[in-house]
Amino acid sequence: MVRLAENKHFTEDVESVKAPIPARVYLPLIQHLGKICNPIVKIGDVVTLGQKIAEIDAHVSSPIHASIAGKVVAIQDWPHPVLGRAKAIVIEGDTEINLPSFQLKNHQEIDLLSLEQLRKIVFAAGIVGLGGASFPTHIKLNPPQPLNILIINGAECEPYLTADARLMVEKTDQIAQGILLVARCLGVKDIYIGIEDNKPLAIEAFKKFPEFKVKVLKSDYPQGGEKQLIQNILGKEIGRGKLPFDLGVLVQNVATIYAIYEAVYRSKPLIERLVTVTGSCLEHPKNLWVRLGTPIKNLIEFCAPLKEAPAKIIIGGPMMGIAQYTDEVPIIKSSGGLLLFNKKEAQLLEEDPCIRCAACVRGCPVGLMPCQINLAAEKSLWNLTKDYGASDCIECGICNYVCPSNRRLLQTIKQAKLEGVK
Amino acid sequence: MKNNLLVSGSPHIHKPESIARIMWTVVLSLVPAGIAGVIIFGLSALWVTLLAVLAAVSTEFVFGLLTKKKITILDGSAVITGILLAFNLPSNVPLWLPVVGAVFSIAIGKQVFGGLGQNIFNPALVGRVFLMASWPKYMTTFVKPFSIDAVTSATPLAALKEGKIIEHLSYLDLFLGKHGGCIGEVCILALLIGAAILLIKGYISWHIPVTYIFTTALFTYIFGAKTLFAGDWLFHILSGGLILGAFFMATDYVATPLTAQGQLIFGVGCGLLTAIIRLWGGYPEGVAYAILMMNGATPFIDRYTKNRIYGTK
Repeated sequence: MVRLAENKHFTEDVESVKAPIPARVYLPLIQHLGKICNPIVKIGDVVTLGQKIAEIDAHVSSPIHASIAGKVVAIQDWPHPVLGRAKAIVIEGDTEINLPSFQLKNHQEIDLLSLEQLRKIVFAAGIVGLGGASFPTHIKLNPPQPLNILIINGAECEPYLTADARLMVEKTDQIAQGILLVARCLGVKDIYIGIEDNKPLAIEAFKKFPEFKVKVLKSDYPQGGEKQLIQNILGKEIGRGKLPFDLGVLVQNVATIYAIYEAVYRSKPLIERLVTVTGSCLEHPKNLWVRLGTPIKNLIEFCAPLKEAPAKIIIGGPMMGIAQYTDEVPIIKSSGGLLLFNKKEAQLLEEDPCIRCAACVRGCPVGLMPCQINLAAEKSLWNLTKDYGASDCIECGICNYVCPSNRRLLQTIKQAKLEGVK
Repeated sequence: MKNNLLVSGSPHIHKPESIARIMWTVVLSLVPAGIAGVIIFGLSALWVTLLAVLAAVSTEFVFGLLTKKKITILDGSAVITGILLAFNLPSNVPLWLPVVGAVFSIAIGKQVFGGLGQNIFNPALVGRVFLMASWPKYMTTFVKPFSIDAVTSATPLAALKEGKIIEHLSYLDLFLGKHGGCIGEVCILALLIGAAILLIKGYISWHIPVTYIFTTALFTYIFGAKTLFAGDWLFHILSGGLILGAFFMATDYVATPLTAQGQLIFGVGCGLLTAIIRLWGGYPEGVAYAILMMNGATPFIDRYTKNRIYGTK
């Protein structure tokens, strides 16, 4: 665990606003971990807001919904923030179409929901883990054994990002209702909310609920990693190759919980999310409610004027986010941040030899020796990288971050992970 | 904007840290001991140090040219080797001696292994033992502190080895460095100031220095006198090159273990070897050999002291 320069001050006190609804949205058929969906609309079809437009009959998958009302104008290859390119459904907006209002539903009905019913709603709403992993949430709501602890992940540990922090402050009651709903359906009594001490407003907001144990965590990276969160809240480790389920634990991100609330209480599928748009290039960084499929250039335009031209655009945070090659790429379910770096920040540092300072060894949150894996990987000694536990890497990036020789440790470890499963 | 976006793997930010920043901080941390050396032994200490540094940096430069590699003389690592070698020499050596030693340190101790990050042994100590083996007379003739006419004097450890006692030498004198010895090893006060800089900056950890010094003290306390448990352990801590070695040479990143557990073993090993050489060896001082031997054991220690991986026993 390391302390990073947070750079959250750009947006942490900026109230969220709605980004303008784009003229066109580009909705990739895969926005989750699992099987790619098939389109269930054709070019020329008129779609309403929230209408299901793609799905697949597979357990590990999640359907896609129209994030604006309008007409399907294309189903084509398009830039994808994670995969580079993927097939996407393009919808051109039409304001003439009547919009659903997503009214609040009857509480009594919700209070009687079973876990089975909740799971169906969550699946139908296309909800995936919004913390970044995009694992379909309905699977996490299907534990193979009874659970006794629910941990809510309010540890937004990536520098710059403030979307979860704002959500916790602005939508406290909705999140609380969502948590209680999930806990009741799962039959879980012990509810923890892990929040780092750099989010005092969020901590304050959740302390008023007697049902929750608010765990104030150190603002260290990667505090929001599932393994680290469980370790620092419960003092337990998940065994190698095991899941939180094996400890009777379920971890859910606050944004995911909010999406569940919206789906259950307002029948609203996952068609928008909160995104922090920030970086030194922007005059007015913001926390924006963005319709999924919105090209990032629309968001950059909305935050204009630019102080300088971005040299690197990252979707996600600076530690684990993905650098983009075009501003045509859309926001998808997993995109919690949009980061614009100037030329100086984007500069690639020259790699020097390893001096065995062991900064990476001390920094690794899972106890690996990144420098040793790196040296073995450079010689393609894949048996050795396996011995050093390369497959246990959580790809947090700390090793690269702390290395005084600017070595690309994580890249070689990722390669070793791939070679390890060959 | 569309075509000139930089794409690279995560992470996209980097700690404001570099080899040069670490190395030059180490150089800074050695300055107090250098100043103390000049005050105690006079300007000759300065010339010896400067020549060693100059020779070390020049050798590094020439090797960079010959091997057509990046010229690394500005990263400060060769400067450190020069300083540490000089700190291991008496102030009154002929001025060609530091030059020969520094060339040997960089050429044989560092560059033939592949340069920065590749050396198995601490380069400065390689240079020191080479000079010790080749010109023992120059390496063991020390001047009295604050003497104008270069009166020679034995080091406290050498006197002990010969069964003599240096009169009027208190622990405070040892702490301040008012006795014969190598340029950079005598003033414990100055060395501790430098060590504090490195510890506070996090560039070295306590594991090696503390276990090294503690082990030497414990061992010399138990076996350092005619009867057991009567040795003058404080004398052993304060004299010779123990403090210089423990904080500045046994902590050399390249030639020491990676994990805390490995570093503890390394420190204990250095402490044992130093005490054994001092008490029963042929030399009065054992720090250089102790560290070099443990440098050699480092790959072995690394192999058996891996960190426990999360989720495993």
